[in-house]
Amino acid sequence: MTSLSDAAVEKPAELGHKASALTAAGPFVALAAVAAILPLIGNDYWAVIATRAAIYWVLVAGLNLIVGYAGQLAIGYVSLLTLGAYVTSVLAAGNVLPAMPLAVCFAAAAMTGAIFGVVVGLPALRLRTFYFAISTLGFATIVTQIALAWQSVTGGGIGLTGPEFPKPFDTPWGFYTFCLGVAAFATWITSNVAHSRYGRALVAIRDADVAAEANGISKSRALIPVFLLGGAMAAVAGGLFAVLQTYITPDAFTFDLSVLFFIAILIGGRGSILGPLIGTVVLTILPEFAAPLAAWSTFLYAVLLLVIVLAVPGGIADVLDFHNRRVLTNNRAIVPDPSVLPGLYAGRPAAEPLTMRGVVLAFGGVRALDGVDLTIEPGTVHGLIGPNGSGKTTALNVISGYYALQKGEVRIGDTPLPTGRPELRADLGLARTFQTPRVVAEETVLENVMIGGTVSGRAGFLTTLLALPGRGRDERELAARGRMALRAVGLESLADVRASRLQHSELRFIEIARALMLAPKLLMLDEPAAGLSPDEIARLGDLISAIARHGTAVLLVEHHADLIFAICQHVTVLNLGRVLADGTPADIRSHKEVVSAYLGG
Amino acid sequence: MAFGATLASILSTGLAMGAIYALIGITYNVMYSTSRVMSFTAGQLGMLGGVLGALFTLRLGMPLLVGFALTLLCCAVVGMVTEFVAVRPVLASLDQHLYVLSTLALALIIQQVTAIEWSTEPQAFPRLFGIGSGALDEKFWLPVVACAMTMGALEWMQRKTLVGRAFLAVAEDNFAARALGLPERNLRIASYALAGAIGGIAGYAGGELMLAFFANGAFLNFYGFVPVALGGLGNNRGAIVGGVALGIFQQAANFLVGGIFASVAVFVVFIVVLLAVPQGLFGTSTARRV
Repeated sequence: MTSLSDAAVEKPAELGHKASALTAAGPFVALAAVAAILPLIGNDYWAVIATRAAIYWVLVAGLNLIVGYAGQLAIGYVSLLTLGAYVTSVLAAGNVLPAMPLAVCFAAAAMTGAIFGVVVGLPALRLRTFYFAISTLGFATIVTQIALAWQSVTGGGIGLTGPEFPKPFDTPWGFYTFCLGVAAFATWITSNVAHSRYGRALVAIRDADVAAEANGISKSRALIPVFLLGGAMAAVAGGLFAVLQTYITPDAFTFDLSVLFFIAILIGGRGSILGPLIGTVVLTILPEFAAPLAAWSTFLYAVLLLVIVLAVPGGIADVLDFHNRRVLTNNRAIVPDPSVLPGLYAGRPAAEPLTMRGVVLAFGGVRALDGVDLTIEPGTVHGLIGPNGSGKTTALNVISGYYALQKGEVRIGDTPLPTGRPELRADLGLARTFQTPRVVAEETVLENVMIGGTVSGRAGFLTTLLALPGRGRDERELAARGRMALRAVGLESLADVRASRLQHSELRFIEIARALMLAPKLLMLDEPAAGLSPDEIARLGDLISAIARHGTAVLLVEHHADLIFAICQHVTVLNLGRVLADGTPADIRSHKEVVSAYLGG
Repeated sequence: MAFGATLASILSTGLAMGAIYALIGITYNVMYSTSRVMSFTAGQLGMLGGVLGALFTLRLGMPLLVGFALTLLCCAVVGMVTEFVAVRPVLASLDQHLYVLSTLALALIIQQVTAIEWSTEPQAFPRLFGIGSGALDEKFWLPVVACAMTMGALEWMQRKTLVGRAFLAVAEDNFAARALGLPERNLRIASYALAGAIGGIAGYAGGELMLAFFANGAFLNFYGFVPVALGGLGNNRGAIVGGVALGIFQQAANFLVGGIFASVAVFVVFIVVLLAVPQGLFGTSTARRV
């Protein structure tokens, strides 16, 4: 929540956010206070347990970005803990290379972890979820096998001694203090990532991957940094684990640990940092109270996992989310305010037309688009109508890159659009909405809209990680812009409400606000009036006209003929993948074939 | 001579392990066909086939045939339990992939109960017929025969019986099948029972080779999934080709570069193939997203 606390205080409304940021930090402060008092009241045995919790959290914090935020089910993460433990121990012991200083050992472990974090993650970039789950599982099996079999290096089943820390960290509480520092650092950096455009991109991939691509989020570019980070953090945790254990064997790294890490995140709740932190602490301490059940611990973890998945998929974070249970007013009207549009469009590159020339796309024997030509001039609303199956949405999907055209070309200005690469469209100034609104239900309205500004952020991943000034500036600008876009579509009062609580019509306007974040050259609206009341349709029409007046070329696919004829300057009619008619609304209304094929006489 | 013996051992062990992997792959596929869910219990069923076979025949001293029938029955029941506990509750939200977690949880439960109630050490599996020796020992050819017979029976069922065709219909298009009045839910339960029995056959036929060992479940989960990934989801013939290729590749790598790096080689091939041909070598790509 640091993103909110350093936001500029401009309006009274933002004071409320500052206060809520403080309440959000409260539980972390309380946990830190308990952790600080512990050495004063506890014995050495407590120190070991508390250190273990801190070390596990270093791993879980990184894994949380992958599992909790990006929704990638990495189930074999114990393998990276193992890897880190062996790399540090082997390098520190010097049984292969000359013995190295601790800092070098840990740096080497972090690098190895980062590399393997990506290698194991590769299937996640292109494949179904289950494949990624299986590949992490397979890697976990293999790492243990290697640790057992590669005796000259790992000591096989006999194991090897872990590294030792110098004074003052060589006592139980001394080492605890060190690990606590690392854990706090881990919390801080992952929170920086989570509350940035990177974190929002991860959640968008998890819950609305198609929309994520349209907003310029590439799955691999979003996931690889967190795989690197998660792998490095897991391996560092492994090194600390080896120090804590003083002696490591393959037996120390059972699959149970993977399950523990995983459940900690699920109990805590997806998309939360506090929840998984509490989950980790509780799950580390729990077995100490249930010593007689030690043999059954994995069994109990598994039962717990099943119960969570079936009964409370949202985790504790969901149960404790009182803020989102407050009743929203019924009868709330969406009143767009186009007067703020100049602010959104300030400093944007010049408007350009979109042209389609001879575009052909066939699915098997069906030519969904059969040589379509289309020019959408900037500053106009261009209606695209036609019967069902005439190719309207297909044309939209070709322009936005979800379908790869087979012949012809599409240009914005003079730039040809790369074929079939939806994630490159946002950078070129193309934005769109979807027939069924695709928003992240678990995030706030404002966060959803900020996803639209992903490509305009300038702070890199490292800047974000360490909260260097560029990140704060990005966040402030995106949030301010997001609020402006929300005011433009008339949803500003709902900015901090979770999107899942909104009505269908409001979701449509969220998508328009998200698209406005780009101040797009081309805005494609796919049946934006579907499901709206007559009043809302009228206001939507005014809003679309106002957007076009600022230079955006608007492509409107719609079945409400009234809306089309009220606001379009130009209408194209498609039938069976071909252009049936093209002209001003007046031309179309009097076009015989159109009237008989579509409008009805 | 040494070379010939090595080759024979690579082929016999490779084919046998490959057949076991292929059978587990078919177990995954049969569950997937009616539910679009891949279940982590597939490997555990293979493990149970071995453990239950040893339990009924060696520990409880039952006749061979009775023990075999009971093993298959138990595995079929475990398959149905999977459907009730871990699949049906999460089918409504398939896109959230909760099935990965629910089936993993159930698989771990099965594995832990086995570890505690059976043993954490590999236990002997009964010698079934006592036929053959060396490279032609029954422990090598039994899995191959079991795999061929299972595949034959599956194909016969799908072509010649009404139930088999109903399975195909549900696998092809769930909604259309339901619209035609097919009892989709019962078919799904039946397919899980069938998958359970197939997993049981894999473990039972491979029992002499892999022994009755609780950790075989996790092992088979991974190695049994590789043929599915190679052969394409839901493609049983692809799973057999993939399984046999995997088995022989693994044994050859074992001989050429040694045990440690053989598993690394399998993993690398798995990742590379997945990235190069995401739909598998014999699969078809699908999915319309927008």
